[in-house]
Amino acid sequence: METFAGIDFPTWWFLVIGAVFTGYAILDGFDLGAGALHLFFNKETSRRTALNAIGPVWDGNEVWLVIGGGALFAGFPEVYASLLSAFYMPFMIFLVALIFRAVSIEFRSKEPMLWWRKMWDISYCLSSGLLAFLLGFILGNVAIGIPLDKDHIYRGDFADFINPYAIMVGITSLSLFMMHGAIYLVMKTEDRLYAKLTIIVRRTTIFFVISFVITSFYTLLYIPHLVDQIHNSPGMFILPVIMVLAIANITRQIAKRKYLLAFLSSAVVISVALIIVSLELYPTIIYSPQTPANSLTVYNSASSSKTLGIMLTVAAIGVPLVAAYTTFVFWTFKGKVKLDETSY
Amino acid sequence: MDVEILSRIQFAFTIAFHYIYPPLSIGLGLVMVFMEGMYLRTGQEIYQQMTRFWVKIFALIFGIGVATGIVMEFEFGTNWAVYSRYVGDVFGSALAAEGIFAFALESGFLGILIFGWNRVSPRVHFFSTIMVTLGSMFSAIWIVVANSWQQTPTGYHIVGEGMKARAEITDFWAMVFNPSSVERISHVWSGSFLAGAFLVTSVSAWYILKGKYIELSKASFKIALSVAAVTSLLQLFTGHKSADVVAHYQPAKLAAMEGHFDSLKAADLYLFGWVNKKEQTTTGIAIPGGLSYFVHGDIDKPIRGLNSFPENERPGAVNFVFQTYHLMISIGMALIALSLYSVFLWWRGTLFDKRWLLWVFVWAVLLPQIANQVGWYTAEVGRQPWVVYGLLRTSDALSEAVTANQVMFSLIMFTLVYMLLFALFIYLLNKKITHGPYDHHDDEHSPRHMEMAGSFTSEHPTEATPAPRGKDSESI
Ligand code: HDD
Ligand code: HEM
Ligand code: HEM
Repeated sequence: METFAGIDFPTWWFLVIGAVFTGYAILDGFDLGAGALHLFFNKETSRRTALNAIGPVWDGNEVWLVIGGGALFAGFPEVYASLLSAFYMPFMIFLVALIFRAVSIEFRSKEPMLWWRKMWDISYCLSSGLLAFLLGFILGNVAIGIPLDKDHIYRGDFADFINPYAIMVGITSLSLFMMHGAIYLVMKTEDRLYAKLTIIVRRTTIFFVISFVITSFYTLLYIPHLVDQIHNSPGMFILPVIMVLAIANITRQIAKRKYLLAFLSSAVVISVALIIVSLELYPTIIYSPQTPANSLTVYNSASSSKTLGIMLTVAAIGVPLVAAYTTFVFWTFKGKVKLDETSY
Repeated sequence: MDVEILSRIQFAFTIAFHYIYPPLSIGLGLVMVFMEGMYLRTGQEIYQQMTRFWVKIFALIFGIGVATGIVMEFEFGTNWAVYSRYVGDVFGSALAAEGIFAFALESGFLGILIFGWNRVSPRVHFFSTIMVTLGSMFSAIWIVVANSWQQTPTGYHIVGEGMKARAEITDFWAMVFNPSSVERISHVWSGSFLAGAFLVTSVSAWYILKGKYIELSKASFKIALSVAAVTSLLQLFTGHKSADVVAHYQPAKLAAMEGHFDSLKAADLYLFGWVNKKEQTTTGIAIPGGLSYFVHGDIDKPIRGLNSFPENERPGAVNFVFQTYHLMISIGMALIALSLYSVFLWWRGTLFDKRWLLWVFVWAVLLPQIANQVGWYTAEVGRQPWVVYGLLRTSDALSEAVTANQVMFSLIMFTLVYMLLFALFIYLLNKKITHGPYDHHDDEHSPRHMEMAGSFTSEHPTEATPAPRGKDSESI
């Protein structure tokens, strides 16, 4: 097997995809969180300000999902095929929610009527919240595993997905994104809305800490294969420690009103959570609990070395480019939101 | 209904709906680049106004294009799992490249295009317009490369057997430059430019007919007409090239496109006609030996007919392929005639005198849309029963884990959601067009207001008074 810097290609590609999805969770995470909070703002200008805080960037953020999907397809076609066809219903609902989120942002400002705006406000808030929940819900199901046969085809039905653990992870991701989004909004707003958001930030943080603690205990007690790495290798123990420190730092920075640092800490929380899950699973990607031999791993599901090599080149050229203009766009729209005639 | 037919309907429906928007985004993007370029060159306010107006319409179109595109990307895995396993090694890299090189570019700069007017300098804004347009053109490259590989696979080998068989890449550039890529990308691009250009001429013609925003509309019309005139000719050229490729690599599709059954005979080129599959006859008006001439340069040489292919290796819907193909060509010819005639009138200086012609332009926006749709129907239905030509059958490409009920559910859901989206799209597009290029709070700048105020230093002095008919003072 070909290697680069001592790491084989499938593992590299696993890391790349992990990084892309982490990027997605951090970037679109604050859009989804801001959306899920939308109905807590009552005044028209507050809602417009909140919407325009993500206005110029949400579309670019969503592209990380598109890149991640393409990267999964290219790197691990078996996983892409098995995962998406197994999760047919959740993904279809996810897609429709994505459509509604996109068009709600787009359409809301196009008519002045109250009922029109209210309708899109509700649709925007519900679809964002649902997306934030579904991301965790699907992650939770992937973490506990799904039954696969020897051809890696899902053998189970839709009802299997609806289990308490996946729901709990879904709630945790919802609360995490709400906190993340609230911190982002605080940075982008002024005056009364800012004051209101400082309260919302605290409440969402509490909401997150509670669901995080419950999920962690649940995992420790009932999902042993997700914690054995941490049990077995002391080096890994550093990760949960970073996690706890980052969460503590969020509350600290919020109290000091240093929201940029709080935002970075919540980005660290998102990253570390995903790193822990990936490391616990690796080299498995989709775990098959009844018949572990049928699990999909980075090795039995990867594309050929040739394709992985090509794709690593593509990523090496593409990712810095994307990072460059993403930075440029964020920099252009830095600072507090100012509504003008081009705003939503 | 079984999973296969439902999945096919769902895929066809969702891609056909998606494909309403990309051509408009790509084509409008190009027209906007010219508009804004004119603004930077001439510094005339009118070009900025028209760019701002079209950016708003662009945003609406683009938004729906993005929302419906994501569905497509995941549908490969949800509904066509076997296919995804089979082609992932080859096709996946094109899709990932699309995300990194194209979508990130367009979506990134889109924010500046729409919201950046007061934040960046005119030059940086122009740069963003170009980047968004380039991004959307790149995305067409990668997706059409992927699709072209399915039509004419090269640069791969097959590994494994039966259920486990899959195509693996052997030569990346041979995959990218497979025999049909270049022809089809250029054809898709020019089809998109036509879609965008005719949208602009349609709205401009309507304003001129209504006596509104005359100066601005005439200027927009001319920019878009120039694009249309060049690309309609390109369309014929690239279409011809594509047909050449089909003739060499997909003879069964070619036979279906022309309704040609009998292998021993020379083939005619139909202008229009009707195919009776049972009787194996095609009736209509044809150039005798035309297809033979086109393929071999000899009107008497026989062409492989549908009869020479086993029943399960040729497209079933022959008349459908025939009709969609001929409709596309007729529209292509009509667009060439329309745009060249208009360019001629422009040169004569009488372009805006003929009201009937303006009315034709108002409705002509539908023609490239229809041609773009039926062009894909020809290419995709003509490819059946293969999803990867000669290698993988559509009926074998399904997801085993998905049941008919699930697909039925999602199909109904998409139908309802897309109907709603389409209705809202038409409503909002119509609203933006009736509202016109000037903002409400721009009213103090708007010509009517200035005229009322008796100001003659207006930026658009002639706007409010309908230009005298007869002589178009600005035409060259
Ligand atoms: C000729 C060009 C063309 C064709 C054949 C397709 N698309 Fe498309 N697509 C575009 C041209 C485009 C575009 C111009 O780049 C879009 C359309 C709307 C938009 O305005 O960007 C876009 C958007 C778009 C997006 C959203 C990107 C974002 O978030 O910015 C995805 C994921 C796809 N498409 C995926 C697909 C797939 C999987 C297709 C085939 C099965 C497909 N498209 C056919
Ligand atoms: C890559 C870009 C692709 C584009 C732009 C595209 C476009 C189209 C279009 C326009 C149609 C006809 C729609 C209609 O009949 O209403 C169609 C049909 C279809 N396409 Fe594609 N397609 C693409 C890729 C694919 C892929 C990857 C598959 C793989 C499964 C696929 C499978 C089908 C099927 C099954 C049909 C229905 C054909 C029939 O009913 O006879 N297409 N496609
Ligand atoms: C003027 C004469 C035209 C000719 C001779 C022509 C020829 C062709 C041919 C042979 C194909 C099938 C290619 C394949 O199956 O691989 C095709 C496909 C297509 N055509 Fe045309 N065409 C013409 C006009 C147009 C026009 C005016 C439009 C739209 C504005 C258009 C849009 C398309 C599209 C979107 C496809 C599917 C993509 C592809 O396969 O390239 N065509 N055309």
